Amino acid sequence: MDIPMDLRFTADQEAFRRDARSWLEAHAPAPRSLPSLDTAEGFEAHRAWEQAMFDDRWSVVSWPEEFGGRGVGILEWLIFEEEYWRVQAPLRVSQNGVFLLAPTMFEFGTEQQKGRFLPAMASGREIWCQGWSEPDAGSDLAGIRSRAVRSEADDGWFLTGQKTWASRGAFAEWCFGLFRTDPETERHRGLTYFLIEMDSPGVTVRPIPQIDGETGFAEIFFEDVFVPDTQVLGGVGKGWNVAMATAGSERGLSLRSPARYTEAAGRLVALYAGLQADQPDRAARSADSVAQAWMDAEAYRLNTLWTATRVLDGGSVGPEASANKIHWSETDLAIHRAALGLLGPAAELHGGDVDAPWLDGYLFALAGPIYAGTNEIQRNVVAERMLGLPRG
Amino acid sequence: MHFAFTDQQVEFRDAVRTVLAKECTTDDLRSAFDHPVARTPRWAALAGLGVVGLSVPEAQGGLGLGLVDLVPLLEEAGKVGLPEPLVETAALAAPLLAEVGGAGPAGDAVAGWLAGIADGRIAVAVASGPGAAPVAGADGADLLVLLAPGDDGGPEVHLVASPAVTVTPVGSLDPTRRLGLPQWVPNPATRVASGPTAASAVRRTADRAAVATAAELLGLTERMISMAAAYAKERHQFGRPIGGFQAVKHLLAGAQVKLEFARPVVYGAAWSIDEVEPTSSRAASTAKAYASDAATEAARVSLQVHGAIGYTWECDLHLFLKRTWALSEAWGSAADHRALVLASLVQG
Repeated sequence: MDIPMDLRFTADQEAFRRDARSWLEAHAPAPRSLPSLDTAEGFEAHRAWEQAMFDDRWSVVSWPEEFGGRGVGILEWLIFEEEYWRVQAPLRVSQNGVFLLAPTMFEFGTEQQKGRFLPAMASGREIWCQGWSEPDAGSDLAGIRSRAVRSEADDGWFLTGQKTWASRGAFAEWCFGLFRTDPETERHRGLTYFLIEMDSPGVTVRPIPQIDGETGFAEIFFEDVFVPDTQVLGGVGKGWNVAMATAGSERGLSLRSPARYTEAAGRLVALYAGLQADQPDRAARSADSVAQAWMDAEAYRLNTLWTATRVLDGGSVGPEASANKIHWSETDLAIHRAALGLLGPAAELHGGDVDAPWLDGYLFALAGPIYAGTNEIQRNVVAERMLGLPRG
Repeated sequence: MHFAFTDQQVEFRDAVRTVLAKECTTDDLRSAFDHPVARTPRWAALAGLGVVGLSVPEAQGGLGLGLVDLVPLLEEAGKVGLPEPLVETAALAAPLLAEVGGAGPAGDAVAGWLAGIADGRIAVAVASGPGAAPVAGADGADLLVLLAPGDDGGPEVHLVASPAVTVTPVGSLDPTRRLGLPQWVPNPATRVASGPTAASAVRRTADRAAVATAAELLGLTERMISMAAAYAKERHQFGRPIGGFQAVKHLLAGAQVKLEFARPVVYGAAWSIDEVEPTSSRAASTAKAYASDAATEAARVSLQVHGAIGYTWECDLHLFLKRTWALSEAWGSAADHRALVLASLVQG
């Protein structure tokens, strides 16, 4: 490319930003005003917010217009995210669908599947959860035992097994999951990626209270659950490849936009400045961690723009997605740990009428190094695929 | 928004990489221990490619390019542990002289120095701040640039040719980065800038120094990680390469992640300096803090992965460890720059 380096957005992109900003300022609920999305009531409130965004075509700006998007590029999506986090709009209850399944469906789905699932996903009418982990297949995802048996007569499959740690599984309408369709095979081979309706006969959901006491995730039991052939994504036996595309989105560009962290880092600096005025000695002791957390968020922003440019120029995201996941999860922790340090004795206040965004954020951040593939697994990927070290 | 180097910048980097692979081997670094020379044939080769005079205006025989163009080349210099003062001469002195330039006899003198930089006749050392502190490359430099407060406390820029300076060599850990204590007295005859021009020059030189040093640290980081990864593939214990053990993998992966994220931070800071963005000083400090931390972590883990052999004089690793330790602290440590970043954020 002969385009000189330029870190400014274009006039058109800034116009897009102004449109997004004015819509969000007019429509977004006040920060933290909705009940937690991990409650039945909060789930529905967040669903209504997804619908409101969809109605004005702001829920999935980078999707083609026929599915409810605006057909804009990745840079505009990043701009939208900056504006979204700027007003501290609600967490996306549809995130497993729009950020993880959708990119995979655009790559591997049939036209029929895209038409059937994407608009319903984008409007929040159908919320998705992820059925990957099993009691004996966590970091070792290829150890999946849940199986699917083909029935020629029924043009479909019967699924049996157990999935766990399914975020939003307690309330979701649909689940995308990996099942073993060839009992003769082991590990990465013989897996298939299914789209499963949660109210199918044979599905049992058991909510699991999380560390904060709310039912953020669930166990899902499958007992001869029928799934038609039309709900296989990417081909029978191709599940691992399809799942790795989803994992790439989970770790790479689409799940966690930098705005989430740069916005929090900005609030962290404001918290620091306030303490500096009141208790300069205490503030000074946290100065280094505040600066580091802000820089970590800034580095994530710059790295995302660097990667987005490479993708727009025709490149791809490979094992860098694993480095990315390590960085964003550790950045989230660094920001919130620094904030709790500034709060000091007030850091533990929680519940009742107390609004505790930093503590809630910290509890959420603590899951980051665990979900989407533990950071230990990501370090293996970095070592093996970026540095060429032997597989263990 | 297009955050990438141009094809031309990448080709220039590749050309410099090819030359340095031949001209700056670890044997060359070792021979520089005993035969230190400021301007080597290698320096002439770099000048011939246009690297040394990259930021010198075209009127004085340079390429008239910016820090974004220079940063990938400084990474290559870092990767081979280039002993010559490329940061000081190409990244600091040349743009500083071009900015303070001016007309009249003083301007002619500055233009002369710039032409000398471009054709490889001049190596420069840059001393910052008041007080007598050791200066990298002062011993053997043809020209000294001093950034120091004048009698009224305001910033000033002074230039002194080597015959007018006495330099006392000072011992240092990295034998290829020689320190010297220059003794000279700033006076009106040596002054080339004061007032707002000098204030801007001093600030921009500090920012460029942070980013240019950070770029060399990126190259050093990559070199140390690749040496350790190569060793981990080759060295067997318990019947297998040690690189197969997670404990070893995770050390190197941690350093690699830091390197991956330091790169765009350094590139973005170079761009913001070239564009005179209002946040360029903060960007420069972020770059230096990030690159220093990435490099010191890479130094720590690459030594650990090498084990006892890495602790020997014979193993080449220490050539890069020592440069890393020196550059991590030069032009502001990571902690210094974190403090600058935070102060700038709080001021808004």
